[in-house]
Amino acid sequence: METAKIIKVAGPVVVASGLKNAKMYDVVKVSGQKLIGEIIELNKDLATIQVYEETSGIGPGEPVFSTDMPLSVELGPGLISSIYDGIQRPLDILKSTSGNFITRGAEAYAVDRKKKWDFEPTSKKGDKVISGDIIGSVQESSVVKQKIMIPYGIQGEIKEIYKDKFTVTDTIALIKDQEGSIHEIKMLQKWPVREPRPFKKKLPPIEPLITGQRTIDMLFPITKGGTACIPGPFGSGKTVVQHQISKWCNAEIILFIGCGERGNEMTDVLLEFPELIDPYSGKPLMERTILIANTSNMPVAAREASVYTGITIAEYYRDMGYNVALIADSTSRWAEAMREISGRLEEMPGEEGFPAYLGTRISSFYERSGRAKCLGSDDKEGTLSIVGAVSPPGGDLSEPVTQNTLRTVQVFWSLQDRLAYKRHFPAIDWLTSYSLYLSGLTEYYNKKIGEEYMELRNKSMALLQEEAELEEIVRLVGVDALSTHEKLVLETARSIREDFLLQDAFDSTDAYCSTKKQFLILKLIMMFHENAEKVIEDGVTIEKINALPVKAKIIRAKYIEEKNLKTFNEIEKEIISQISSTTD
Amino acid sequence: MIKEYLTISDVAGPLIVVEKTIDVKYQELVEIELSSGEIRRGQVLEITEDKAVVQVFEGTRGVDVSNTQVRFLGKVIELPISLDVLGRIFDGSGRPIDDGPQIIAEKKLDINGNPINPYARDYPNNFIQTGISSIDVLNTLVRGQKLPIFSGSGLPHAKLASQIARQSKVLGKEEKFAVVFAAMGITFEEANFFISDFRRTGAIEKSVMFINLANNPAVERIITPRMALTCAEYLAFEKGMHVLVILTDMTNYCEALREVSAARKEVPGRRGYPGYLYTDLATLYERAGRIKGKKGTITLIPILTMPEDDKTHPIPDLTGYITEGQIILSRELHHKGIYPPINVLPSLSRLKDKGIGLNKTREDHANVMNQLFASYARGKEAKELAVILGEAALTEIDKKYVKLSDNFEEVFVKQGEDENRTIEESLDIGWKLLTILPKEELKRIKDKFIEKYLPTDITTEDKNINAIKD
Ligand SMILES: Nc1ncnc2c1ncn2[C@@H]1O[C@H](COP(=O)(O)OP(=O)(O)OP(=O)(O)O)[C@@H](O)[C@H]1O
Ligand SMILES: [Mg+2]
Repeated sequence: METAKIIKVAGPVVVASGLKNAKMYDVVKVSGQKLIGEIIELNKDLATIQVYEETSGIGPGEPVFSTDMPLSVELGPGLISSIYDGIQRPLDILKSTSGNFITRGAEAYAVDRKKKWDFEPTSKKGDKVISGDIIGSVQESSVVKQKIMIPYGIQGEIKEIYKDKFTVTDTIALIKDQEGSIHEIKMLQKWPVREPRPFKKKLPPIEPLITGQRTIDMLFPITKGGTACIPGPFGSGKTVVQHQISKWCNAEIILFIGCGERGNEMTDVLLEFPELIDPYSGKPLMERTILIANTSNMPVAAREASVYTGITIAEYYRDMGYNVALIADSTSRWAEAMREISGRLEEMPGEEGFPAYLGTRISSFYERSGRAKCLGSDDKEGTLSIVGAVSPPGGDLSEPVTQNTLRTVQVFWSLQDRLAYKRHFPAIDWLTSYSLYLSGLTEYYNKKIGEEYMELRNKSMALLQEEAELEEIVRLVGVDALSTHEKLVLETARSIREDFLLQDAFDSTDAYCSTKKQFLILKLIMMFHENAEKVIEDGVTIEKINALPVKAKIIRAKYIEEKNLKTFNEIEKEIISQISSTTD
Repeated sequence: MIKEYLTISDVAGPLIVVEKTIDVKYQELVEIELSSGEIRRGQVLEITEDKAVVQVFEGTRGVDVSNTQVRFLGKVIELPISLDVLGRIFDGSGRPIDDGPQIIAEKKLDINGNPINPYARDYPNNFIQTGISSIDVLNTLVRGQKLPIFSGSGLPHAKLASQIARQSKVLGKEEKFAVVFAAMGITFEEANFFISDFRRTGAIEKSVMFINLANNPAVERIITPRMALTCAEYLAFEKGMHVLVILTDMTNYCEALREVSAARKEVPGRRGYPGYLYTDLATLYERAGRIKGKKGTITLIPILTMPEDDKTHPIPDLTGYITEGQIILSRELHHKGIYPPINVLPSLSRLKDKGIGLNKTREDHANVMNQLFASYARGKEAKELAVILGEAALTEIDKKYVKLSDNFEEVFVKQGEDENRTIEESLDIGWKLLTILPKEELKRIKDKFIEKYLPTDITTEDKNINAIKD
């Protein structure tokens, strides 16, 4: 055992001397209380350690123990439905061992060691296998089958493979490599969080990640394997949008990271997800979800680690060939944790006190997303999408975290407090948001949703743009200066905003909207517009058009149940007949 | 073992550096004895092998390097507590200032507390009726919520906070409640207002007050809210009480933090506030909440004055990022004579959705709320237009919206300082206002509620304020 000693304590940063063989990012245990820490700087005999737990009451002279291991996560059956802190300690277990408050030095295995899983082999004795090959699976939850893969760095021939109930540390297979040595394969693997898990190669994303949110799917879509950010001032709806995506998107695995945010928001997920039914699998949402909760009042160094813990677990499921969505709320708190640690290290600060490496850290985090050809001989494909919230101080997007994020992500959902004040939710600004995936997805959408999709989208975007210009005019000279056609544009734009974009996350029918229904609603609105345009040329007044009873049906269209989509046909007919009757 | 030193090497702002220290711990409590015999308290901020940086709560005036003695007490700062604290008044570091006896402690608690395990939390969803329409209907407060008041200098936040403290109740239940009040750097007048208001209403019996006034030591403000919250945790989670905590004024708290940070020569974040301000505030605010299986709750109302009424200033900004909404007071409404001058549009209660509706408030609540918000917003917008172009430029329907928004401020937002409206009364006022609009405009309300609740005995023509007020 090493006999290293603390020589300095400043908040979450501790300096120790005498740690032999210390390596960067090695995990150490600090003081007799065995607080978990990680080496983040080495200077001759001195190691600077960020400590993942509160350091009060710790002082110079106390011992530091090395573990010779980098900060790693445990991977194996039992991850699904768990809630972990930033360094993968299971919060449900901690509650039962140490009570309602998180006390220091608490330890628990991330993956249950006692539980037995039914291991179902899919390979057999004599098979030749390489890293990443799936040799069997266990039913981890009612919807997720965890595929058991040959760990990275091992290949050879299966000497034995067993079918039985196993714990994660039992040996399930024996592999003999070329040198003739035997490797025991267990379901439990470990992986250092700061190192991306390897894959064969990256492929361009081609399919949308459907979220059930109209503004996102129809106007600014994200892909399976894509990246998006949601910046917005406080209360503009970042968390609600991210919860909506976690609930309704068509990924198979969801990783939600509450990074430096509110405790109650995690509770909300914990109470709600087991109750809500996934529209794709028909099973409770919790059965595909893993939560990482390092709330704002939990130690700041563990907050820094939480995004890495989350993404490594996400990569693990991607490697099995799943579509994984990682939702991080909020990446700004992660950046601030970096800033705090950097400040304690007395590093030369960059912009607004953030460390100079902020940009690289952000981009290398988002680079861990993508559609990938995974390791293994079967060429399976997995995707990992990342949606990150950004909380810019004062809502000012020129700040470093937003700017560095925008440099790497492909989708920008810009939340505006001005919309939130009007209770227009989701408060995604249609004029400034964008998705760079749009052109790549056109074909998919046209084929899967409706041929006119792209045309419809572009027309409605043009109307919204025109509305903004017309509003300028109205502000200067009043609405009377507008032509009837321009008044119609304003009406239709309002309809697009209120009857299509506005989507109530708390309404049981409206919270999730299938792409089919999204398309149908938008089609109604545009159909009304185009038909009205024609009769306006014949001199029909805007008042007469606005008074048509079918407008009320368009307003209520979002509340039509998914099983009654036939109703849209009838409304379409009514639109045509009612508008044409105005010329009688 | 208590260690005593005469080895102060530096004094800078609120900080002293003590040398040749042995076995001192991070955040250890420190006693500083001046040559005059005066004793001050402090806390270790940084510790190396033979040197400790200590912040002195009462400031360093009069500290010298040769005669001042420093004692390290071998423990972190603790609050001695028992149920006897109810009805008592303490200074900002927890010493009685009401001529009562010392507290005989049932236990001593580390004032920093520990973070609540997110898994142990229960979601706040019990509606608190404050009797104030603009809060109850539009920005509903629930038990265990943290909902700050963003105010400005000269605005009536103190009145509003004490009205909330006085009137708050959970419908249909009689339960043990308490108020914990922490003042940081407020004036004698303001503190006195709270104390006498609590006395007047008898609330003082159920209150614990920690008072640090404007002329009390600034750095002490860093521990005052921690004392208060530790006390609240004890009352709520060990004694099963529903505790309302009022912290005022958080702006002064943040300034004290900034002072210490500057003295440590830390890299400043925005406007000179330390980069860890968010985390620091979160360790206070997140102590509010509910815990599964515990009867008591902590509801937190921090009050802060926004410098220049600027919501993007770091103090309101970071607070808003942590709390579950905010009540924003408006100078404009205050000048119009409207009390409480709550600007409902940028105000928000994030926990309202699970605290309202059938069996909690009333089935039509969510619909009425959304409709009032949307209509008021539209009316305000139209009014802005009218300012530039004149009333005549408005469409007929926009004129109705303008009328609604004016009435809304006058009869819905405005109410008496002792006026305690039930949630039904508040909702009904909302419905009366909505009669100003044609029925078709009530797009956010379900038809069945319109049928059931929309008053029909009010003529749709010519409604003036008085007709609505009736
Ligand atoms: N789609 C929505 N439907 C209905 N209400 C919404 C929607 N989005 C947001 N809201 C309302 O806005 C409030 C604030 O949203 P949210 O908590 O997501 O904000 P945020 O941007 O995450 O803020 P912060 O940065 O402080 O965490 C919610 O509590 C809810 O009342
Ligand atoms: Mg949020």
